[in-house]
Amino acid sequence: MGMTLTEKILANRAGLEHVSPGDLIVAKIDIAMATDISSPLTIKVFEEMGGEKVFDTRKVPLVHDHLVPAKDIKSAEFSKIMRNFAREQEIEYYYEVGRSGISHQLLPEQGLIHPGDVVLGADSHSTTYGALGCFASGVGSTDMAAAWILGETWLRVPESIKIRFTGTLPEWVAGKDMMLMVCRDLGLEGGTYRALEFGGPTIENMPMYDRFVFANMTIECGGKNGVVIADEKTREYLRERATKPEEEWMFFEPDEDARYCRELNYDVSDLQPMIAKPHLPGNVIPVAEADPVHVDQVYIGSCTNGRIEDLRIAAEVLKGRKVHSKTRMVVVPATETIYHQMLKEGLAEIFHEAGASIGPPTCGACFGAHMGVMAKDEVGVFTTNRNFVGRNGHTESDVYLVSPAVAAATAVRGVISDPRDVVG
Amino acid sequence: MIISGNVHKYGDNVDTDVIIPARHCVSVIEEELAAHCLEDLDKDFVNKVQPGDIIVAGANFGCGSSRENAPLAIKGAKVGCVVAKYFARIFYRNSINIGLPIMECPEAVDAIDAGDNVEIDIQAGTITNKTKNQTFTAAPFPEKMQEIINAGGMVSYVRNRIGKN
Repeated sequence: MGMTLTEKILANRAGLEHVSPGDLIVAKIDIAMATDISSPLTIKVFEEMGGEKVFDTRKVPLVHDHLVPAKDIKSAEFSKIMRNFAREQEIEYYYEVGRSGISHQLLPEQGLIHPGDVVLGADSHSTTYGALGCFASGVGSTDMAAAWILGETWLRVPESIKIRFTGTLPEWVAGKDMMLMVCRDLGLEGGTYRALEFGGPTIENMPMYDRFVFANMTIECGGKNGVVIADEKTREYLRERATKPEEEWMFFEPDEDARYCRELNYDVSDLQPMIAKPHLPGNVIPVAEADPVHVDQVYIGSCTNGRIEDLRIAAEVLKGRKVHSKTRMVVVPATETIYHQMLKEGLAEIFHEAGASIGPPTCGACFGAHMGVMAKDEVGVFTTNRNFVGRNGHTESDVYLVSPAVAAATAVRGVISDPRDVVG
Repeated sequence: MIISGNVHKYGDNVDTDVIIPARHCVSVIEEELAAHCLEDLDKDFVNKVQPGDIIVAGANFGCGSSRENAPLAIKGAKVGCVVAKYFARIFYRNSINIGLPIMECPEAVDAIDAGDNVEIDIQAGTITNKTKNQTFTAAPFPEKMQEIINAGGMVSYVRNRIGKN
């Protein structure tokens, strides 16, 4: 029987001819990433396990992203744990404040992720890397510590769900809207223990940046990993940045007779901008059907959006317009490279003239830590990935999830808005 | 190991943000995390929980973030076991790795009410509701999980592998 894309990647890195769902395998690890918030516990467990050196200093990237720039004394002390460890271990890819960014955008940008790789990250959105045709999954600190010592991990081969998109996306509709629709249909648990395999002509024609959203939000359906079939666009993206030589990139394709536990088919030709209402990422309806509630804060950023392309879209909506007088807007470019590019292209000027605040690259308010946290009874429209109770601040705040275009349109009007009504 | 305690019952999709909010995640100390366990779901939980008590919850317990602080906070609160219809994948792995007893048993979840007195035999995989005099059998652990449990958690498992025990 044929294999799915995830099965092929895992079989290759486990040194096996064939794997099937349910098989327990031990796979070699290409990247084992941790962040400032997950590494302190990982380092503690690493030491308890008797770890002395990480298995490969080139394969353990450490990224300051969650608590940066340090928000208080406690987070400053916490960040220091990873800083010291990185120096002791002579970690090759250590990303310090000012040269860093949100890990899930930074690692692909810096060329650390390649098709066919097995990637673990001590953060649930580590599924993002699958957009480059690799297996990538989030783990906790103890699994990460074991990975740092052993250079391998045990995995249960997941069943796969095939998700196929056809049709051309209408203007102002993006990958985020497509993925919100998948979150609606799979629910918070429809992908649990499963791989989500994304493909079809719409994705093949889609620029690289928009493909990351699918793999990123796979975890919002409980998925173990999300994978996009790598192609010539992936190759082109990698040529500018890859740290591995091209002959080591492993482009796999699912077999025609691969077995899937479920298939979802979408024609996106008439898709509208979508919105996830509080308090679940799968609580999704078209923006046009959402109540026009007043919005206190719009937040553009996170590992889901906050790419330069996302900022260009938001700037296009905001150019020559103002953020509504009773609304505030926070823009957080995902990495320092993106920040720099935003300045060069004049996007920062557009945001400032519109009355938005631009923050430094950080996970920030996306996980409710700082830089735009919500107060009681406030309503937020975020381009992030989760809107659980209390996720972005007070337990009695309401957060909606949208694309950058919808976020920018909402900022202009001060109520949840369809970009086509603002720009039109 | 026999665990006996009173039940604290919650619904489906108890996510890691409500188990331990991000604002308290700048700690790796079980007791510090335990002081805020389930704070955003049930503010009273930390005041009423007694050592050995049992959390019973619906489907997809522990969904969301991969933060291992979540099972650590529950373990630090001296909860004896978490019984759910099923667990989110990362939470499941994290719990086994750190030695927090967990069991999947949808029938038990449906039949048990908050405040019931429940006894759990971890080895036998049985859940006995002493208040209602009913016994349930939980789903067995996958082979690899049982191997880690038998080793006494992931730390011991790795120490064995690298010859440190």
